[in-house]
Amino acid sequence: MSVSKRFRWSAVLDHSILIIGSLIMILPVVMLLQMASTTDIHTMKNGPGLIFGDQLPVNFEKAMFKADGFTGANTGVRMLYNSMILGFGFAIGKIVIGMMAAYAIVYFRLRFATLAFWVIFTTLLLPLEVRILPSYEIVQRLGMLNTYQGLIIPLIASATATFFFRQFFRSIPEELVEAARIDGAGPIKFFVDILVPLSQTMIAAMFIIMFVYGWNQYLWPTMITTEEGMFTLVRGIKQITQTLEGTNLPEYGRSNLLAIIAILPPVLIVIFFQSWFVKGLTESDK
Amino acid sequence: MKRAGFSNRWLPILFLVPQLAIIFIFFYWPAAHAIRSSFYLQDPFGFGETFVGLKNYTAMFKSAAYLRSAWFTVIFTVIVTFLSLSIALLLAVKADKVIRGAKTYRTLLMWVYAVAPPVAGVIGLILFDQSWGPIKDFVALFGWDFRLGVDYFDTAFAMVTISVWKQLPVNFIFFLSGLQAIPKSVREAALIDNRSASGRFWDVTFPLLAPTGFFLLIINITYSLFDTFGVIDTVVKGEPGNNPMTLVYKVYVDGFRGNDLGGSSAQSVVLMILVLALTIFQFRMVERRIHYT
Amino acid sequence: MAQVSLNNVRKVYPNGFEAVKPASFRIEDGEFVVLVGPSGCGKSTMLRMIAGLEDISDGALTIGDRVVNDLDPADRDIAMVFQNYALYPHMTVAKNIGYGLKNRKIPADQIAAKVQDAATMLNLTDYLDRKPSQLSGGQRQRVAMGRAIVRDPSLFLFDEPLSNLDAKLRNQMRIEIKALQRRLGVTSVYVTHDQVEAMTMADRIIVMNAGRIEQIGTPAEVYHSPASTFVASFMGAPPMNLLTGRAEAGRVRVGNIMLHQHHEDRDLTVGIRPEDIIPDTHGHLEVEVTLIEELGAHRLLHGQMQGHPLTIHVGKDHPVETGHIRAAIKPNAVSLFDPTSGVRL
Repeated sequence: MSVSKRFRWSAVLDHSILIIGSLIMILPVVMLLQMASTTDIHTMKNGPGLIFGDQLPVNFEKAMFKADGFTGANTGVRMLYNSMILGFGFAIGKIVIGMMAAYAIVYFRLRFATLAFWVIFTTLLLPLEVRILPSYEIVQRLGMLNTYQGLIIPLIASATATFFFRQFFRSIPEELVEAARIDGAGPIKFFVDILVPLSQTMIAAMFIIMFVYGWNQYLWPTMITTEEGMFTLVRGIKQITQTLEGTNLPEYGRSNLLAIIAILPPVLIVIFFQSWFVKGLTESDK
Repeated sequence: MKRAGFSNRWLPILFLVPQLAIIFIFFYWPAAHAIRSSFYLQDPFGFGETFVGLKNYTAMFKSAAYLRSAWFTVIFTVIVTFLSLSIALLLAVKADKVIRGAKTYRTLLMWVYAVAPPVAGVIGLILFDQSWGPIKDFVALFGWDFRLGVDYFDTAFAMVTISVWKQLPVNFIFFLSGLQAIPKSVREAALIDNRSASGRFWDVTFPLLAPTGFFLLIINITYSLFDTFGVIDTVVKGEPGNNPMTLVYKVYVDGFRGNDLGGSSAQSVVLMILVLALTIFQFRMVERRIHYT
Repeated sequence: MAQVSLNNVRKVYPNGFEAVKPASFRIEDGEFVVLVGPSGCGKSTMLRMIAGLEDISDGALTIGDRVVNDLDPADRDIAMVFQNYALYPHMTVAKNIGYGLKNRKIPADQIAAKVQDAATMLNLTDYLDRKPSQLSGGQRQRVAMGRAIVRDPSLFLFDEPLSNLDAKLRNQMRIEIKALQRRLGVTSVYVTHDQVEAMTMADRIIVMNAGRIEQIGTPAEVYHSPASTFVASFMGAPPMNLLTGRAEAGRVRVGNIMLHQHHEDRDLTVGIRPEDIIPDTHGHLEVEVTLIEELGAHRLLHGQMQGHPLTIHVGKDHPVETGHIRAAIKPNAVSLFDPTSGVRL
């Protein structure tokens, strides 16, 4: 709302606050980038600075293709690959299972619908961190340690996507179902031909949120993946910080660049699909 | 739910099974397991367990480490919530107000949402590094000898700072969205009724943001309790020792590294009850919120 | 109480779109002026510029004896009633009404008294402790008006206040608003897209179209002597019949029927109001009636004349049937307009 186009000190203040805020958000990551662009010796002596060096390509190569640890399997490339699988697998799994469950609850007369609803609802009450150890044991018992299934499936045991789609389905006019039935569409046809296309924006929004969530998982992968070939980028960070401690010349360049690579895909998705992302966030938590 | 729908018997069950199955196997079973384990003491050599009733709980509440951790969790939660909410509110109000560059500011202020907590922790390690951390050097100008990982308070300070940084975008997004939901005409009416911008904010904008703010309060408390795991684990560099830790982190440390399954489970159960109370509280308030408009 | 003067006031948006072309007019103290026009004509923008909710790109706006272009809305001594009421959802009716006063440092007991007066005037005394969500549309509208009245401003601004009400309530509120304004004598500017509201409520009407003022005049002037084809077809329902015609050798013809005189040889548009065409067996207009709209108190005959659609308004006692009829035009009931610009000749 503008009241005057004249120069106003209040506008200067507003922009200053916003610029300072933006800098606070950006500078730390710029700092990482700067450290990844200088030699490790330089960084070890001086820490982060203002001048960018020319080591980015060198450190990039190290980040992607070098591995530490014992098996040499946790190269940047491998970890990137694992992160992708986790991110996509989790997002897709959540959406498919959530949509199906929401569909069943909303569009069918189930005798135990309310019970199912509450069963699913209670999963919102206990985040993974609180049941981490028994979850580990069960996954171990099922032989799912160090597997992609073990990484992805237990994370799906929470109701967020189901709730989100349930809310959305309930907002769709009922006449649509009635018209579909008159047109002779059975439940599966209705789901595939009508409901899913209608839900496109919601699916996109959910996908973004879930992808970021899955990609950024730390505690769970840390616990159940001990094989270096199964490390994700984010889980690999733990390894990186530990090597920073251990060696005489910590590989700052490589580790910082890996950190940047670890955050790059989610950040880019969130920025380029901003409107869907915000929509998914603000409508999923209500 | 009296809604139009289909009348198949088996299809919905089929559709529900995957979700329910996963929930039973990976949620209820572990949760039940945790509750059960909390009443037992595991043999250190893994040969069996003895039923000890509430001993794990009493030991926990008497333990100095637990109380220290609980205390830290409370203060940590309060500070992180307060700081990230108020700074985000300020930024959201300004971002809503400016016209030029609004979109750019929004993007710049919100992208940190996608940064993984451990990476935030790594950034913290660098900022507070003993040899050349920029913040360490900066506060040294004021005579503060910052010792990350050694001094309890300093480490806590670092954890708080990083957690606030990481949490700002979420609050910013919700506050901004809440601000934009206030009808334009109501804000214009305020422009005519009140010449003071801060008056308009406190009398009109802030009360109308209250539902969002309240919702965010719960989200932030949950965040401080649980999602800060990655930050804490990174900052303590995997060596918890005497460092500040939240109750959630302690569950992990005691259970996974200390092998005290019983005690760790008891802590889990206490946290479960806490979260349960919080969520019930939130839903009660949400019901009231619906009557608001 | 104040006069309002606009001197070449103009609104241009940063993308170059000119929402309001340079406009100049004066509103006298105590006058009720209605800005009327279709959606997007600039009437709301004009009102918002007067209110201070939009910047004025060019020209001077004077309220009373002050040039107020750069004044904040709260400093212009105005009050505004919005289309969707804009009540503060979290405040009671009493607080909503009194909020403007509170910020002008008026003592609490005076505020209470004024709020009570306004509430009595508007039949709101039973609702003072309720929140807006507990009120009906009409009640909310009254609260919005109460908020405006209680401030005793120099100028009332109304932005389509009745658009969200149902038809019956709208008719009732029209009368109430007009009566209130008469009683309080406050200069008022009222925006609407409904020409009936404009005709019944205004002391003077400003008809706008595509950012331009088409005509300023009393309701009678605007109705009987529209300044352009736009005004002719916008004001009055059913709209004025507009037919293409030609003036030659002093006679104005539509098809081969002579309707009027004009001194210049040229093409033109002929305008005749439906109620000015009288069925007359001796009349020289030949009309083919195809459809009759029965409205109870009167009827509308729709048909064709010389290839033009024509509407005739007849009273309820007049016998009607479709088919060929003859009609005459009341004297002095024909308006002539330029066919391209639409301007009255």
